[in-house]
Amino acid sequence: MDIEFFVELFFGGLTRGSIYALIALGYTLVYGIIELINFAHGEVYMLGAFTALLVAGVLGVYGFPFGGILIVATLAAIVWCAAYGFTLEKVAYKPLRGAPRLSPLISAIGMSIFLQNYVLLAQTPDFVPFPYLLPEMPFLDDLAVLSPSNFLILMVSTVAMIVLALFIRYTRMGKAMRATAQNRKMALLLGINADKIISLTFIIGSSLAALGGVLIASHMQVINYNIGFLAGMKAFTAAVLGGIGSIPGAMVGGLVLGLAESFTTGYVSGNYEDILAFAILILILILRPDGILGKAKVQKV
Amino acid sequence: MPRIAKALLCAVWFMLLTFPVMCIQVNSIDNSVHWHFERALWLGCGVFVLALLWDWCFARKAKGQPIISFGHGLTRLAANLRGDPRCRLGGLSLLAVGMLLMPLLSSIYQTNIMIAALLYVMLALGLNIVVGLAGQLVLGYVAFYAVGAYSYGLLHQFLGWGFWTCLPVGGLLAVLFGLALGFPVLRLRGDYLAIVTLGFGEIVRLTLLNWPSLTGGPAGISNIPRPGLFGMDMDINASTIYIYYLVLAAVVLTIVVISRLKNSRVGLALQALREDEIACEAMGIDITRVKLSAFALGSCWAGFAGVIFAAKTTYINPSSFGFMESAMILSMVVLGGMGSIAGVVIAAMILILAPEYLRAFSEYRMLIFGAIMVVMMIFRPQGLVSGERRRYSITALKGTASASGQGGQA
Repeated sequence: MDIEFFVELFFGGLTRGSIYALIALGYTLVYGIIELINFAHGEVYMLGAFTALLVAGVLGVYGFPFGGILIVATLAAIVWCAAYGFTLEKVAYKPLRGAPRLSPLISAIGMSIFLQNYVLLAQTPDFVPFPYLLPEMPFLDDLAVLSPSNFLILMVSTVAMIVLALFIRYTRMGKAMRATAQNRKMALLLGINADKIISLTFIIGSSLAALGGVLIASHMQVINYNIGFLAGMKAFTAAVLGGIGSIPGAMVGGLVLGLAESFTTGYVSGNYEDILAFAILILILILRPDGILGKAKVQKV
Repeated sequence: MPRIAKALLCAVWFMLLTFPVMCIQVNSIDNSVHWHFERALWLGCGVFVLALLWDWCFARKAKGQPIISFGHGLTRLAANLRGDPRCRLGGLSLLAVGMLLMPLLSSIYQTNIMIAALLYVMLALGLNIVVGLAGQLVLGYVAFYAVGAYSYGLLHQFLGWGFWTCLPVGGLLAVLFGLALGFPVLRLRGDYLAIVTLGFGEIVRLTLLNWPSLTGGPAGISNIPRPGLFGMDMDINASTIYIYYLVLAAVVLTIVVISRLKNSRVGLALQALREDEIACEAMGIDITRVKLSAFALGSCWAGFAGVIFAAKTTYINPSSFGFMESAMILSMVVLGGMGSIAGVVIAAMILILAPEYLRAFSEYRMLIFGAIMVVMMIFRPQGLVSGERRRYSITALKGTASASGQGGQA
């Protein structure tokens, strides 16, 4: 009985954690390249969930075959979120390159508020049910602890992270991204188009957030315009926990945070679940701002 | 011509981008889809105009011309108000008379709105010390406001303390919270500080929400008494007017204190901290003390405002102290101009009163607040009224011109 409960919490934590990791990757990638906390990243995740909901709704009403809906809706969410991320950077951050450090941050907060209210006004302030889109997976019946959505989330996010890691490691674009993150001026001298790389970073980060949005929406089955704030904060916590700017760090941080939350909810109390994330964030920033896998930076004049 | 083509392209791009969220509405109950194609059309037209405007603003910015020009008359008026002491006195006394007579001439409803606006002025001025003067981006400012409000609510509920005892206590508690937040975050700067303070604000709100035995949880605390005046019995109208004068006095006090603070030793140290932390330390300023005093000075106004807020509404609950409130106060500081007192007062008034009087516009309030923060940062980072610095000139040191003599010693 006890061990069953433990395993259930463990898988619940892994599921949550992998979603946090997907979103945290967006924060970490952007921070690695332009040293900006993209405050509106949580909103991109929310937009992903909404786009998927709307596309799935339209397809459902017009009688699209059930099996394909999830795939088409996910693809649509990824494409639109990539476009949102791209536009966001062009409108709110690009004009502020070279401005004092607070300016892009305030602009990002503004953008986050703007996007939340854009969805609130264009769609609805209420919670909306998200359609159940997952295929049947009879082989999971033996493993009672793993629900189909948990299984799918784990699978998809693992694959996405492996693809990302390979992309960053081996492709030309990935190498250019790493070079820009290391030293933007030097990368420019070597003929890397930094603007393009920054756009690419936003596109990749937003696509991952969209994927996270669709997965979590189909798991929770209910979304509203406000979900981006908390998810964004938690994913940011995960990114900081792992060491911001570090890609494996974001994955580790996400999983650790997800497990910590899941066990606290299970063994202590559900009331303090959200406080836990914020408390971890504050403690990490104060005690070890470079995170688990980050490297300490020396402040230069 | 290429500009128009570019704007058209922008319009098409945004129409495509916003297509799902703007144009599709799915009703999951009766399984139907509503299409709103007309919205895409309006949006396209709007984006086209905005894109042209955006380009024009950038062109002006590149040439170094001001993007917002207030017109010749207004510029001269502003210059006069700044430069000419007689003109300044005249303007201020006109404003003072207007503000003093306001509750007598207008309805209770108007007075209530004005009280809310004045409370925000106070909050924005307090945040202006931390963000505008000291350059420490604090996103959880509303937590101190909550501390003030709840300290009155709880002290009244459990100990039966009155408004006038709670006012200083609320301010003091907010200062203590400010220091409690300030100590651990001393090492953090910029964006990390912003996130930690945001987390702190959320922790305060969530604690208030999840501790029903003390704070009443989501239901909050009700039946908080309005402030008394020597034990007089007041009906609701009289007491609203009384609170109005109280807030007005508090705002005037805030303005006086902050304008004195700005050019004081502490104030100059705060501004040095904002400009460059390392250089500031190298000049022999104790960063720890300066940062903590920024937090303490900023949070105490929020504490006072919180106590007055609790007394005004007689009912408080955690939902009044969410992140959006913090963001709203921050956007007032950003719009007004960091470090500028007049600017922040004007911005707070505009941002609170405009949605009240333009009802059609009130729905879009937060949308516009968000957009203002982005646009101001890009085109006018110094805000509507840029915070003026006291200038020191050589002539004053020589003692030849007495007009600018006030800046003789630093």
